[in-house]
Amino acid sequence: MAITADEVKHVAQLAKLEFTADELQMFAGQMDDIITMVQQLSEVDTTGVPVTSTVAEAKNVMRKDVAVPGTDREELMKNVPQKDRGLIKVPAIIDESEEA
Amino acid sequence: MNFETTIGLEVHIEMKTKSKAFSPAPVQYGSEPNTNTNVLDWGYPGVLPEVNQGALEYGMRAALALNCQITKDIHFDRKNYFYPDNPKAYQITQAQTPIGREGYLEVELEDGSTKKIGIEEMHVEEDAGKNTHDPDGYSYVDLNRQGTPLIEIVSKPDIASADEAYAYLKKLRQVIQFTGVSDVKMEEGSMRVDVNISVRPIGSEQYGTKTEMKNLNSFEHVRSGLKFEEKRQENVIRAGGSIQQETRRFDVNTGETVLMRVKEGKSDYRYFPEPDLPPIHISDDWIKEVQDSIPEMPEDRRQRYVEQWGVTEYDANVLTQTMEMSDFFEATVAAGADPKLAANWLMGEVSAYMNDKKQELAELALTPEHLAQMIGLIQDETISSKIAKKVFKQIVANDTDPKAWVEEKGMVQLSDPAVLQPIIDEVLDNNEKSIEDFKNGKDRAVGFLVGNIMKQTRGKANPKVVNQLLMASLKER
Repeated sequence: MAITADEVKHVAQLAKLEFTADELQMFAGQMDDIITMVQQLSEVDTTGVPVTSTVAEAKNVMRKDVAVPGTDREELMKNVPQKDRGLIKVPAIIDESEEA
Repeated sequence: MNFETTIGLEVHIEMKTKSKAFSPAPVQYGSEPNTNTNVLDWGYPGVLPEVNQGALEYGMRAALALNCQITKDIHFDRKNYFYPDNPKAYQITQAQTPIGREGYLEVELEDGSTKKIGIEEMHVEEDAGKNTHDPDGYSYVDLNRQGTPLIEIVSKPDIASADEAYAYLKKLRQVIQFTGVSDVKMEEGSMRVDVNISVRPIGSEQYGTKTEMKNLNSFEHVRSGLKFEEKRQENVIRAGGSIQQETRRFDVNTGETVLMRVKEGKSDYRYFPEPDLPPIHISDDWIKEVQDSIPEMPEDRRQRYVEQWGVTEYDANVLTQTMEMSDFFEATVAAGADPKLAANWLMGEVSAYMNDKKQELAELALTPEHLAQMIGLIQDETISSKIAKKVFKQIVANDTDPKAWVEEKGMVQLSDPAVLQPIIDEVLDNNEKSIEDFKNGKDRAVGFLVGNIMKQTRGKANPKVVNQLLMASLKER
């Protein structure tokens, strides 16, 4: 399994990260090592074993539907670089391609 | 070349739980921006979400009402994407284990027939915040909606026309509304519709390439958008062209769909199981408990109206289209009104008034108690049906007690012969010609005389009593 620089670039783009060609090449090599190591797991016969979606033992952890008032807005807004009329002001993003 | 159309619908519905899906902040529409939020909604590092049992049970309730199989072992997944309305940079959803699968809706079509439309799956997830784009080059984010529990209902591609899509949406809204899990108000965004549509020559084995329209905000727009898109695709294919997979937008002003963007490959959301939320096992007992908590559905109410209250099948169907109407009707009957008369008033004058004023039932000043009281006044002949229209105009727009108002305005119907006889005598004395006409067989003369008596009593005379007295008097002359 060889990870290519293009694959690293794709994942970097999804994560909104930019790298130089040298960096992409370096990460491709490192990621390939990691994947190759993890690949060893596929040697284990997992026939009939359900897919693991969690490694915690806990099950059915839930809370009752009770509302707790929101945190004070001024407090939350302390970390907001730009704000206006109680709203968080951000550079306009018109590309909706990632909208849910 | 003739075509067949294939439509699939994805509907998001906000649930009206008290708190959010994975954070305890309140779910409330119309609050001051960013006041119903906490560190979980803001995606602060180190916070731990917890599943709202109420949201999960509402999801189960909806799934059961949509005839779905409940998935017994579920977990949540992360769907990763960057957008300012979603500070965590992922949405918690159910990609692998939707709570409901393989359901269906029995949809009534305009020609009176019914069609079963399959539901592929239905899952519980969280809503994003609200982004407002401003011409000033900035977007403004309100995170109040962030984390509001949603259900997403994905239909099978069983829908063959825009009208069927419309009928499906109406039915879906009705069923969900009666389960009590959502108000399903399109205008408040608590119900949002994405559609995909393709056409293919009749007989062709393969589906055509589909196009998408997202976030349509009224059922009418869905219908018009689909009708336009169906025709557009057919025309492209007839002209020898091909459809490309793209997202289009319905333009309300022109009634056309316009290209938004071409889809290049599948979106890369890198789903993986949400490590912060342990899996959930749903036992048969739990399903039963939720099943038992589902309120009476429209079909059951309809049957009750027909069997217990003698309302016609048609009327019962109209009255159960929305829960507001159905609840109002029941409250009016509970307040003592005759069910058939209550049905007539609600479907007649009340609905006409709502259409005319573009108002919802809840916005009217009218109460079930006042309507019932007014119907009582008509039945015991305190007021004539003509006066009732005046009384209705008053009570529909004002919080007025009909009985007190009728008395205060002197609108009580005159039914006492001792009062009416002298008036009738006077009218007859003044209209010798009409009496002659009557004796010569001209029935129209009676109408003229009644009209005069009504004028004398300013419309308050009981028409039935007037008729009886008048005919007797005419015979004596």
